[in-house]
Amino acid sequence: MSDDLHHTPLHDMHVSHGAKMVPFAGYSMPVQYALGVKKEHEHTRHACGLFDVSHMGQLTVSGPSPARAIETLVPADIVGLPAGMQRYALFTSHEGGLLDDLMIVNRGEDLYVVVNAACKDQDVAHLRTGLDAEHQVEVLDRALLALQGPQAKDVMVRLCPEACDLVFMHHGQFEALGTSLWISRSGYTGEDGFEISVPVDAAERLATWLLEQPEVEPIGLGARDSLRLEAGLCLYGHDLDTQTTPAEASLIWAVGKPRRIGGEREGGFPGADVILPQIETKQITRKRVGLLGEGRAPVREGTSLYDTADRHVGQVTSGSFGPTLGKPVAMAYVDVELAVVDTTLYADVRGKRLPMHVTRMPFVPANYYRG
Amino acid sequence: MSHIPANLRYTDSHEWVLDNNDGTVTIGITDHAQESLGDVVFVELPDTGRQLDAGEEFGVIESVKAASDLYLPLSGEVVAVNESLEDSPEAVNDHPYEDGWIIKLKLAEPDALEALLDATAYDALVSAEEG
Repeated sequence: MSDDLHHTPLHDMHVSHGAKMVPFAGYSMPVQYALGVKKEHEHTRHACGLFDVSHMGQLTVSGPSPARAIETLVPADIVGLPAGMQRYALFTSHEGGLLDDLMIVNRGEDLYVVVNAACKDQDVAHLRTGLDAEHQVEVLDRALLALQGPQAKDVMVRLCPEACDLVFMHHGQFEALGTSLWISRSGYTGEDGFEISVPVDAAERLATWLLEQPEVEPIGLGARDSLRLEAGLCLYGHDLDTQTTPAEASLIWAVGKPRRIGGEREGGFPGADVILPQIETKQITRKRVGLLGEGRAPVREGTSLYDTADRHVGQVTSGSFGPTLGKPVAMAYVDVELAVVDTTLYADVRGKRLPMHVTRMPFVPANYYRG
Repeated sequence: MSHIPANLRYTDSHEWVLDNNDGTVTIGITDHAQESLGDVVFVELPDTGRQLDAGEEFGVIESVKAASDLYLPLSGEVVAVNESLEDSPEAVNDHPYEDGWIIKLKLAEPDALEALLDATAYDALVSAEEG
């Protein structure tokens, strides 16, 4: 079958493992393997799942002061990020909206940045336009694998024992299987685990080795979505977009203290004049919340939400059936006065009003390794 | 390759129909349909006693991936629904032709069954889709 989709270095391996391939962000990606979404989800929560996330953009920002340079585009505290650590960040627009979410690693000599597949061309252009001439953006041709779940460390100890000393959101460069691996203790499932950047020519060797381990099953994008949703993690383009500010997205924590009003490096990023006052005054009309349903019917993206007086009060931005919770689970934007834990809202599903309860996220407790 | 029992009738929207030989039929979704849907997490069933026309939506199957409407291939009255699916929707995946049945219908026109696909014709349809 011919298509215009990009392939990751592991494409043939996915197919040989019985993956169902679907178009995603311009790539042909595995949505599920033979196990199916539900069992893949459960396997990741109980053992260890391997995800190919090579479609994501990997880049470096280098120059005399990359942390200061990138702070002109993100409200995170990157100057204060110690070498060997990773931090979540947002690209903001001049209107205060969100252009993408990303991870930034301080590697000492440069920054290593991972961005969403669907946004990567736009992000690279944004960086190249936004950074001063002394800083360079290099797009890396590497594969990216995520090894996630409570047994990920048992696998890593056989692959690269030194990497097991990393704690959550720490990063290092290691040698294993005759290649250089850049490993972060992080992921998108709420579980302990590692994200492993590997040269393209060694990607299949690494993935093959990992899949030979008894704990490991390959996991597709379907389970990746239900896992991140239960972990309360946002998906750009669904829960975050250009019309949404950090305060509305409940991502105030992604705006570093030194970058806020009265901080030592206050503002200095696009949209600061909108974003920072909102954090101080809490003057927003809608806010992202987690919702848990009662029955089994999934409440999907786009579903309208109503209050007890039948007023339209919000909309679901991500929703599915949470296999670990055994309940419908969703994220939504709702009127800020209803964004209170235990508030009951009603989702309109095919004309029926299904009760959903505003719930603190993560829905499933995070299982990160903090040392 | 999906399983297609020879004794059933089929629709091009991947429902199967079993003639109970008493003026009623049992309806479910095929093995091929459950495979492409993935793990079923919820089945919305119609009320018994409802009169439905051929082509009408009679329920919804939700998998972890998506919602999929169920279309009635024949007109009639819903005389039973598989209530065990409320607690065990995975039966649609595990045993699509047995425990995973969805409704029983009393046919308005018993002859209408003849217009549905037989196993050979349905097999050809599935092969074309999978091809």
